[in-house]
Parts: sequence; structure tokens; C-alpha cells
Amino acid sequence: MATTDTQSSTKTMKLEVFRFLPDEGEPPSFQVYEVPYRDDWVVLDALNYIKDEIDGTLSYRWSCRMGVCGSCGMMVNGEPKLTCSAFLRDYYPQQIKVEPLSYFPVIRDLIINMDHFIDKMGEVKTWLIPAEDKPIEDGEYLQTPAQLAKYKQFTMCINCMLCYSACPVFGQNPDFIGPAAIALGQRYNLDSRDGGADERADVLFSDEGIWECTFVGECSEVCPKNVDPAGAIQMAKVTATNDWFKSFLMPGGRKKSGGNK
Amino acid sequence: MDNDSSTPTAAGPVPAKQHIRKMPVNWWLKKPAYLRYMVREITCLFVGGYAMFLLMLAARLDKPEAFETLLASPLAIGLQWVALPFAIYHSVTWFNLTPKVLVIWRGEDKLPGFLIAGAHYAGWLAVSAGLVYFAMSGGTDG
Ligand code: SF4
Ligand code: FES
Repeated sequence: MATTDTQSSTKTMKLEVFRFLPDEGEPPSFQVYEVPYRDDWVVLDALNYIKDEIDGTLSYRWSCRMGVCGSCGMMVNGEPKLTCSAFLRDYYPQQIKVEPLSYFPVIRDLIINMDHFIDKMGEVKTWLIPAEDKPIEDGEYLQTPAQLAKYKQFTMCINCMLCYSACPVFGQNPDFIGPAAIALGQRYNLDSRDGGADERADVLFSDEGIWECTFVGECSEVCPKNVDPAGAIQMAKVTATNDWFKSFLMPGGRKKSGGNK
Repeated sequence: MDNDSSTPTAAGPVPAKQHIRKMPVNWWLKKPAYLRYMVREITCLFVGGYAMFLLMLAARLDKPEAFETLLASPLAIGLQWVALPFAIYHSVTWFNLTPKVLVIWRGEDKLPGFLIAGAHYAGWLAVSAGLVYFAMSGGTDG
């Protein structure tokens, strides 16, 4: 760790941190910590300082420190943020309030229970279901740059769940499949190599799926990877509506729900 | 989701006591974007109200007297003045969102959003201009 003391910075900053220790049997509370202020520190650095120097009982998730693993998401002054990308200098000298991601159940301190989110990705089947099975000897599944472009944006998702914490629909209905899982469903539905759109349709196009979305649009605003889950959901609505009309006009001639690939 | 679910997962059992946070009833006041969303949703009441008014007018199409009385009544004029700004706000917010719904690909590139929203605005203007022209020219001989 860098030699903080030799910086002789006397500036400090206060962090008001959400605490919940299930074994103590106490209701959740906020605890204020004072940390050194450095303009190259992010909120996660401040939390690490607290854990190392002030209070080892504080719990939170993090890993990469560089905005790729998606595990350090928390509410910073009420906004869902990757704490490894939220600089103290953007808040200094105000006190910063750090809370676990909104709407998710809290397991301890800043750690939320993400099981439900993982389950949803399973329900949507966010993996490639090959359109045609072919033996390895037949070589790779080829794709043109134009075919790649159709879904590439949605592959950028790092499963950080910030979008869920920005979504009042998810806040009101925890069963809503939600922005990231739907965007990832679209990611595979729009992939020319994928043939799983019909298998995903039941969940994606259900009442807990795209039709629960009222297009608040904040998921796309908070997404650190520019995935635009709100856009993905609206495009899926168009696809679902087209499919419905097609099945209506041409009984038996229902096209699969992948949209134009 | 109940308060003390202890679902065993691959990572081991989850502690029995989880803290569930209630969504505050005033969530829509917490962020300007949420408030704008709520306003957008509320504007549809006025758009709906105006549609009712149009239906009432349509029901009087064969009775010019009744049609004009309704059209000229202070209540109807008031309603239109109130509904107009809401209808404009409603249309503008939705037109601005059209690029998210309508994605047109040219090879590897998306057609830029401003073109898609712009096309909607152009259509809106054209239809409005057409209606004004129709009303004006119809008004001279009626
Ligand atoms: S869509 Fe964006 S905000 Fe949502 S989980 Fe993926 S990367 Fe995070
Ligand atoms: S620690 Fe990996 S995204 Fe922040």
C-alpha cells in the first residue's frame, strides 16, 4: 500500500457507511468514519482504508479495482456506482453516504444477496444455444462483422447489478427479470449463431419479463458499460409484438422470436 | 422474498437473517429523472381526457349545432388549453425515446438516433400542417 503518511495530507473526508451485522441482532445503522482525503482515491480505496486501519469488521465485495469484475457496486449518495470508479474528489469535501445496492436483500453491511439475479440469468438461459449442431471437424461457426455488431453492445455487461438498483419496477417487484438479464437474453437472441430464442421466449416475454418494464430508462443511465439495457428491453418488446402479429396472421407459420439477425 | 429465507447455494448456506429494505413511497422524488418519468406517465391522463373529448365531438358529427356548442363551451376550451402542454410534453418525451425502440442497421452501423427521432418530428409536423391546412380551407366554405 502506498505510504499514505508521507503524503502529509491533513485533509480528511467523512464516510457514512451502512452497517448491518445479522448476528448482533441489532437493526441496521449508519457509522461515520473519517478517512484521509486523496484526490486519486476512489470510494473503494476509502473503504479499504477503513477496513485496514479503523474497523476490520466492515464487510463489502470487491475484486478487480478497475471496473471489470462488477462486484463493487454500492449506493454512493443514493446513486448506484462501481465504488472502484467513483472518485472521492467528485464528492469532496461533502460527506459520502455508502449503502448496499438498493432493493436487494442485505446479508451483511454492504453485501447484498444476489442469488435471485443469478437464478434469473439461468431462467433466461443467458448462454449460447447453437442454432445447428455440427461436429468439431466442420470448423467454427462463422459470423460477419455486421452480425457481430447487432449484439456486441450487450456483451459488455459485467453483471454489476447497478441497473437493478436504478429500477423502481424491480424495487416494487423483486421477481421482475430485470434489465441485465433481459439484455443478456437479447445478447444471445440477436446472435446469428444462436437458436435458443424460442426457449427464452416464455421467460423473456412473460409478465415478469419485458412487459413489466415501463421504460423508466434509468438502468441505461447508470450502466457503467454502456450496455443500454432499456434499449434492449424495448427492442425485445418490438420483436415480441411482431411475433404476436405474425402468429396471428399466419397460424402455424410462427417465425422464431429472434428478430432479424 | 421472506425475511428469513436460508437458501442453500453453491457457495454455502446464506445467513438466516437478511435485511429487506422497503421501497420508500416517495421514491419518485429521490431523483429528477424519476420525477420526469412520473410526469410523463401522468400526462397520459390528459392525453386520454382529450381523446374522450374527441369521441364526444365525433358523436355529434351529424348535429352541427351540438358540435359547435360543445366545441365552444368554456369547459372544452379550458380542457384543451390544459391538455395541450401535457400532450406536447408526452409526445416530445416519447419521440425522444424512439431511437431506443426503433433500431435500424446499415451493415455494422446503427442509423443515428437523431435521424430516427427527427423523422418522427418531421412526420408530426407534416400531419399537423396538413390538419391546419384542412381546417383552414374547410372553414372558408363551411
Ligand atoms: S447492464 Fe450495465 S448496469 Fe446492468 S449489470 Fe450489466 S453492466 Fe451492470
Ligand atoms: S472492483 Fe471490480 S468492478 Fe469495481
